[in-house]
Amino acid sequence: MTLSERFSRRGLLVWLGLLLNGAIALVLLVPIFRYLLSPMLRERRAGYVSWISLGAAARFPAGQTRLATYRNPVARPADGDTADIPCWVRHVDGDRFQVFAINCAHLGCPVRWFPQSGLFLCPCHGGAYYADGSRASGPPERGLFEYRYKVERGELFIEAGDLPTPGGQKLASRATGGSRCA
Amino acid sequence: MRLMERLGAWLDARLRISGPIRETLEHRVPRKSASWAYVFGSAALAVFVHQAVTGVLLALVYVPSAGEAWGVLQMLNQHVSAGWFIRAMHGWGSNFMVAIVLIHMVQVFLFGAYKFPRELTWMAGVFLLLMTLGMAFTGQVLRFDQDAYWGLGIGASISSRVPVIGPALVNLLLGGPIIAGATLARFFALHVFIIPGLLIGLVGLHLFLVLKVGINEWPMPGRIVRRSTYIEEYEKATEQDGVPFVPGAIWKDIIFSAAVGLSIGVCALVFGPFGPSGQPDPTIIQTAPHPDYFFLWLYALLSFLPPAAETPILLIGPAVVIFFLLLLPFIAGEGEKSWRRRPVAVLVLLLVAVGLGTLTRLGEHTPWSPVMDAWSALPIPPKDLQGRTALERQGSLVFQAKQCHNCHALDGQGGQRGPALDDVAIRLTQDQLIRQVIQGGGNMPAYGKNLSPAETTALVAFLLTLHPADQPPARDAARASVLGARP
Repeated sequence: MTLSERFSRRGLLVWLGLLLNGAIALVLLVPIFRYLLSPMLRERRAGYVSWISLGAAARFPAGQTRLATYRNPVARPADGDTADIPCWVRHVDGDRFQVFAINCAHLGCPVRWFPQSGLFLCPCHGGAYYADGSRASGPPERGLFEYRYKVERGELFIEAGDLPTPGGQKLASRATGGSRCA
Repeated sequence: MRLMERLGAWLDARLRISGPIRETLEHRVPRKSASWAYVFGSAALAVFVHQAVTGVLLALVYVPSAGEAWGVLQMLNQHVSAGWFIRAMHGWGSNFMVAIVLIHMVQVFLFGAYKFPRELTWMAGVFLLLMTLGMAFTGQVLRFDQDAYWGLGIGASISSRVPVIGPALVNLLLGGPIIAGATLARFFALHVFIIPGLLIGLVGLHLFLVLKVGINEWPMPGRIVRRSTYIEEYEKATEQDGVPFVPGAIWKDIIFSAAVGLSIGVCALVFGPFGPSGQPDPTIIQTAPHPDYFFLWLYALLSFLPPAAETPILLIGPAVVIFFLLLLPFIAGEGEKSWRRRPVAVLVLLLVAVGLGTLTRLGEHTPWSPVMDAWSALPIPPKDLQGRTALERQGSLVFQAKQCHNCHALDGQGGQRGPALDDVAIRLTQDQLIRQVIQGGGNMPAYGKNLSPAETTALVAFLLTLHPADQPPARDAARASVLGARP
């Protein structure tokens, strides 16, 4: 476009047309972004994290640590087995429990409990944790992730629904420190 | 034949494309650039086409559902005619793709091809490398097995460490709060639509630039690149001592691409498809997740970084590397092209190659991982049991039962997380052994709470027998002088 064309009536109409397209694109971008970011806009969806039963508390003998599994609260048909999440339940005594996430606090690999040596070991990079979930050795920077729990009418509930990750410490933070000296 | 000619003429009268095509095919390239060293770019393009074709074939059957993908892969392997072969071609194609792209990059770097005026070609190439690695990772996820599931967990754990937005980023990556159906759906979209779309665009740009700017001439020591004179010199040299791309150079590209295609086919035929490994059921925790080979170096690196340095290095490291790669043609845009006159470039390349190679090799053997079943599956070497007392043998039982073998090797068998214990008695005295077992330290957990005094005594008695026959065990000289005798 030459200078005179740019300021001509047609030139103005081109600019108006572009402006109109831009405005419409902006309006359309709002729902597109909301769609794209929907997994992050969590407060809009109730039930992401909720109390889930792990069954009767009596299933977990005092002084032992056992594997339990639960169905993730938000599960869809396409999830298949992936919505079945395991966790380690340690029955300390009475109504006192510790429920650990299966995911290593280093990079999320599944830790395994060895009752003989009283350790959780991670197969990926060799992280190790003591029976109370506190860090023993290896690359993890902290202890195992712990779920909040409650016992109601003899049934053990945990508050779950999120993949625990080192950056998102939404689960109970009690395993981070202190307990090592206990 | 007449008919074909007439059809061609009819089409060209409308498309008007034969001129540009002929111009492209016959554009002159420097004579020495028509070399076997210059075949890797075209080979990468050929493998890309191969991946696109086999990928579309797989997409005809694949179901991107977390509940069904694994079963469909099994079906492809076992019940669909030649399904296993198409999977194998696609899997081996991806290995060749990564390898050829890396070789191409090394060649371009050594030949100084990123220098003026090919900066943009190089930058497009850097993004093509990132896209290729992106395809490799997302492809590994679509092979939705145990490795894919826990690999996603590793990806989520790394992403979560981004300051402030980490947890939200995890949800965005996974498409929800956990690794599930939505996760596979979005990795399918990434692998099949988004990254290939970007790849096609970038490949187009890359090729367009190669044609417009011209292929790099063979680097001669002493021939200096200067921004003011280079283009003129290049055009003159190509005019005087050039060959038309077709057929002067392309026959080598074609033959090498055919050889690569044949190699992929042979590998697919002989070694078969990759996996899938165990089904992606997170409640099956008897698994040792392992990435595909292009990410083994990263897997290895993650076990060696000190915990405090891990997050900054993981988050800043890749950004620094990519930034440096993009900046390279501007830092070193002029000067010598020949690797014979660029010792720093060659040394950096060797360092990176040796580093990545070593980490990859370590990633294959994972010496830092406990051998999870060593305590129940491996024997104590007979030489460590013969002629031992009851207490010492009792100690060997404690050694097995308390999973010591998972991290400590005897006679080359067992974990390598901790030191091998074949000669531990010459390194540590009795007191030091007791202290180490009970209090741990140096990356070893403390066993004080999980060993009774009797077990500790037996275990240490066993450990004290572990020394070569011709070397006496370590002893505490002070103790000996006070007590008058060795314990």
